[in-house]
Amino acid sequence: MLEPAAAADEGDPGPVEEPVLWSPASPSAARPVAARTLAMSQPLASTLPIPEGQEDTSPDLSPYDEGAVHDSFHEIIQEQGLQLRELCLGGKEPLAYMPPLAPGAEAWAKPECSWEHPEYSAATLRILASMPSRTIGSSRGAILSQYYNRTARLRRRSSRPPLLQTSRAARPSLRQYDLELDAGHAQEEEKRCLLVKELQSLPSSQRSHLLLTMPLSLAQKRSLRQDSSGQGDTLKKPRRIRGPLPGCSQVEYHLILGVRSTWYGLLSSLPTLQPWHYALKQIGGRFGSSVLSYFLFLKTLLLFNLLLFLLLLVFVVAMQAAYPPTTPARRTFMGLELLTGAGSFTHTLMYCGYYSNDTLNDPCILGPSSVRCQRGHSRLPYNMPLAYLFTIGVSFFITCILLVYSMSRSFGESYRVDSTRGDLAMKLFCTWDWKVTQRRSVQLLQDNLCTQLKELLGELRDQYRPRSLCQQLHRLAVLALTWALSLGSVLACVLAVYYFSEHMHRVQQKSWEQHSSEMQEEAQLLALPLVVSLMNLVLPYVYSGLGTWERQESPVLGVYVAICRNLLLKMVVLGMLCYHWLSRKVGLSGDKCWETSVGQELYRFVVMDFIFVLLDTLLGELLWRLILEKRLKRKQRPEFDIARNVLELIYGQTLTWLGVLFSPLLPAIQILKLLLLFYIKKASLMKNCQSPSKPWRASHMSTVFITLLCFPSFLGAAVFLSYTIWSAKPSETCSPFRTLETIYESGKTWVRRLEHSGPSITWFTWIHQHLVENTFFLFFMSSILLAVIYLKIQVVKGQRRIIGLLKEQITNEGADKTFLIQKLHSIYAKQEQRT
Amino acid sequence: MGNKQTIFTDEQLDAYQDCTFFTRKEILRLHGRYHEMAPNVVPMDYTKDPDVKLPMQLIINMPELKENPFRERIVESFSEDGEGNLSFNDFVDMFSVLSEMAPRELKAIYAFKIYDFNTDNFICKADLENTLNKLTREELTAEESVLVCEKVIEEADMDGDGKLGFSDFENMISKAPDFLSTFHIRI
Repeated sequence: MLEPAAAADEGDPGPVEEPVLWSPASPSAARPVAARTLAMSQPLASTLPIPEGQEDTSPDLSPYDEGAVHDSFHEIIQEQGLQLRELCLGGKEPLAYMPPLAPGAEAWAKPECSWEHPEYSAATLRILASMPSRTIGSSRGAILSQYYNRTARLRRRSSRPPLLQTSRAARPSLRQYDLELDAGHAQEEEKRCLLVKELQSLPSSQRSHLLLTMPLSLAQKRSLRQDSSGQGDTLKKPRRIRGPLPGCSQVEYHLILGVRSTWYGLLSSLPTLQPWHYALKQIGGRFGSSVLSYFLFLKTLLLFNLLLFLLLLVFVVAMQAAYPPTTPARRTFMGLELLTGAGSFTHTLMYCGYYSNDTLNDPCILGPSSVRCQRGHSRLPYNMPLAYLFTIGVSFFITCILLVYSMSRSFGESYRVDSTRGDLAMKLFCTWDWKVTQRRSVQLLQDNLCTQLKELLGELRDQYRPRSLCQQLHRLAVLALTWALSLGSVLACVLAVYYFSEHMHRVQQKSWEQHSSEMQEEAQLLALPLVVSLMNLVLPYVYSGLGTWERQESPVLGVYVAICRNLLLKMVVLGMLCYHWLSRKVGLSGDKCWETSVGQELYRFVVMDFIFVLLDTLLGELLWRLILEKRLKRKQRPEFDIARNVLELIYGQTLTWLGVLFSPLLPAIQILKLLLLFYIKKASLMKNCQSPSKPWRASHMSTVFITLLCFPSFLGAAVFLSYTIWSAKPSETCSPFRTLETIYESGKTWVRRLEHSGPSITWFTWIHQHLVENTFFLFFMSSILLAVIYLKIQVVKGQRRIIGLLKEQITNEGADKTFLIQKLHSIYAKQEQRT
Repeated sequence: MGNKQTIFTDEQLDAYQDCTFFTRKEILRLHGRYHEMAPNVVPMDYTKDPDVKLPMQLIINMPELKENPFRERIVESFSEDGEGNLSFNDFVDMFSVLSEMAPRELKAIYAFKIYDFNTDNFICKADLENTLNKLTREELTAEESVLVCEKVIEEADMDGDGKLGFSDFENMISKAPDFLSTFHIRI
């Protein structure tokens, strides 16, 4: 042994008597010694040499250790008290006198030095140092006990533990001190064996999940895994399974293994499928999580569009491409088609009007007496209108489910019951962005945090200063004015769009009657999208100007208000355009095919939106940076305005969803647009911008974005689609639904045909009649939904109350603890006085 | 994805996959990064689990950690010897906990270890001041930093002992939804 002062270990480790809560364990730890290292390590002058073989034989010196119990309690306390006084007075050096811990256990409490609790005697300090709360999380014994309890509970399959027994995550519950689990204060080795046994009895998925969440070092986890899964740590070789696997036969076990190895194989190959991993890392490293959230949102939109496109491609576009209908002669390709979507693009797969309204590949098309029909050739007839309707319906349904799922998941992550307290603490611990790796960005972040903290402190100081009546009135007046201005601008834009579209329609009628050149006609089509995109470009800058004039109390509120105004503008304008399209006043009047015209219009809007986003990037970022640098000679660069960019993305996606019924290839255009946008925005970001100075709660904002995508954007598109399908009359000469009253009728005819075809499918028609067509079912489902929402609200209320009760409980426990410590101290003080 | 690599045995890679949040490819990539920090010391053949540790100075010069104000604390918390010397296991463990798939509880435990500068299992006022200085490059005045520390303890300390225990810290973290996305280092 090394140290002279290991007084506690003088006697041999006596027999364990009774489990006592604060028995004096062996003296407190030194900093654990460095294990063996190879040549590269620094000189280990400051560490202690471990005699070989110590690890196996030295007692574990965790506070649960009863191995060093003296006969005389009092004696130990005196000895320790002496040591502690030396320690506290002597500084770091006396650590060398402490015996080494078994390697792997980390340093735990050096006892509180006298500067913190000047009045407590050394004995009290000694006992304080061995309290469980000071050793959680760092003592391996504690971790093993805690996870043993957890696995035992899992094995017994108990559900959520009753409220009275909730224990915090890493705090060893005092239940461990009852005799059945911890009789004799098992040493760490025994605890480990217990844990391994428990792990073995769990199914392997739960076992690996538990292993992953343990805060032990990787080497320990590997050895635990090795021990709990039998001989060797491979799961591929077939071997006898040690321990019972509940409900799992050999075959199932090997099946599970096979599935897991294929899953791991898939996971390994996934990173190669994940595009932009390095680009995203670069962006996050330089600009932080907030700007990164924009690019992640872009990626999400790309996936949605990809899904839509694939479904449409397989079920609609490819089928029609294989059996092309007869079309009028194709016009020659002029360059303008890429912008207007009209001209030679009109009678192609791009638009709804091209698609045929009968059954493709139908052998009986030439008549029931034809040779092929009679022979019952195995050709698959493909009902085009039905396929069109169903594909659109199913893809919208899947998109809806995915959106709601991702929205609820991000909502669940970002919303917390009772999260109003604790701003400052959260700012200190949770806002530092660990992803940022560039020096300048780190400095910026530090400056930002400094400013925010100063602002918060200023707010706290000013909280009690009420504002004068005059100031309040002034503020109200400013707010009223800004809101009036923004609402007025929205109204003005809507009216402008309405009158302009009417005017353009009249102009187009006139030019068609006068038979002007095609080029001129098609150029006129671009006027409306141009005007709308111009409004969408200019007005957000106006709104941000209004926002700076307003000067909201908290900057986050300012961001929300700006988003609100922009969104209102975009959605109202889109609503007006939808009304305009459905009133069939669009397109060249000679054409009776309004679906194709609407599709073309939406194509034009998408393309124009892309062009204007590029313009915005050029003007807003590149030009502004050049102006700031060259003219105004300021070091500052323009900021990347996240809210405005995200709203532009949402607007583009809304256009795509609105147009997918009329133009099945529109998602492909959107995919192309998003891909180009990613690279252009990234390049512009790297060259021109700096990270935003406003505080930005990234996860909260992502929730807001996806909610905005779901609610005004997707819901509006779905409403428009439903209205079109249910009420709009298809045109006579084109589209898969010609000669029907509404698009929905194709579905109804199909159901009627099914009814006639065989008596065995009457249940299906019954479902259709009573559930889909009957409105009672809809009301029923809505009322159930409302009831569920009400229940959830009540649950949240109950949880809030429980949180309040638990907080009270904790404060009481804290008060109890302080009381007991004082009592302890007074007892020792009296004892010392007596001796 | 064949078995062409000879750095690890299949069993070792399986063990790494089970015990960390990384896949095989990522483990091999991590080994590459570990190796390139000290090519003379770190062997290419890890099948026998060699006991090699790299000192803190090398690790904190990695580009992912170089500008992080807490780099020394991170490396110390994950090193088994507490001195900051990382073996390959510790290295993988560190990036596994800091990856985006680690659960909140695990990250909270290690975040607490990192912020606990004097390793007494509590975040006391001195620890808070230390954290604040590192986060703001010591630009707050002494009075302001004392005020901030007091306010933080007032907000987060629930049992009234004047410092933050692990339960207080975890409770505060659970109210911050950003924690999972900010406490994340990409490698």
